Amino acid sequence: MADPRARRSPLAGWAPQLQALNGAIRAQELPFLTQLNLRLDSGGPAADPVAKVLGVSLPTVPCTSVGSGVYEVLWLGPDEWLILAPAGSAPELMIALREAIGSEHAAVTDVSAQRTTVQLSGPGARELLAKGCAIDLHPAASPEGSCVQTLLAQTGIIIVVRDGTATDFLLLVRSSFAEYFAAWLVDASVELTEPA
Amino acid sequence: MQLIRCPWCGSREEVEFHYGGQAHVSYPENPAELSDAEWARYVFFRANPRGPLAERWVHAAGCRRWFNAVRDTSTHELLAVYRIGEPQPEVAR
Ligand SMILES: [Zn+2]
Repeated sequence: MADPRARRSPLAGWAPQLQALNGAIRAQELPFLTQLNLRLDSGGPAADPVAKVLGVSLPTVPCTSVGSGVYEVLWLGPDEWLILAPAGSAPELMIALREAIGSEHAAVTDVSAQRTTVQLSGPGARELLAKGCAIDLHPAASPEGSCVQTLLAQTGIIIVVRDGTATDFLLLVRSSFAEYFAAWLVDASVELTEPA
Repeated sequence: MQLIRCPWCGSREEVEFHYGGQAHVSYPENPAELSDAEWARYVFFRANPRGPLAERWVHAAGCRRWFNAVRDTSTHELLAVYRIGEPQPEVAR
């Protein structure tokens, strides 16, 4: 009998289909990443201590992200960021961030279960995304570090550009839309992958 | 379908945005002193011009920020966008 206490990621059931993609497309879920939502005045006194905890300054250019090696900090709005961190690191990172913030007007919220993360890579990745998304992901328009919140096949998505050749993306999709997204992804991949 | 320029994210497809009614309708300074008729005017009465109108819009599928826009109600063209707190820009009709 299955262990009812076992955690199951939103796309656990789609792992075989995602793994079967080959050729120009590779996709895999990165389950259970820690995701913290940070609301903060980037010009205020808490910004520097928070940057020290994260190892990078909060990106203030819209639609960009920065990585520290351990953390990935995504711009969501002029006073809002999403921090991606290794699975299981939420409790200690939240304590560290709240200590850095002190009594300043800011908020740290654990939203790890809100979205799941899919790494999409390969030479066909950009063409695949173009089937469902109007954002120009050519490296000239979306260089490494771009981070756009938009619609992909009508579902809300965050696209993080991870290299300068449009062949490596992180996609964050809401957990309740994840299976729909996976089904769309597998279907849209048909002409870009080799038959299994 | 037109592209709308979010003051934060830049040009995006119109489907990413939602309309939020007339802009610059400020809350009464002394609400307790308003008559029923004055309340009704504040709550329900809005401009309905043919031509440019300042409106609130939100980038719902993107950064989720509210901003203001001047839209021509006869052509549905957004003539200008500006951030909350910025003055309404002049637009040529
Ligand atoms: Zn926006």
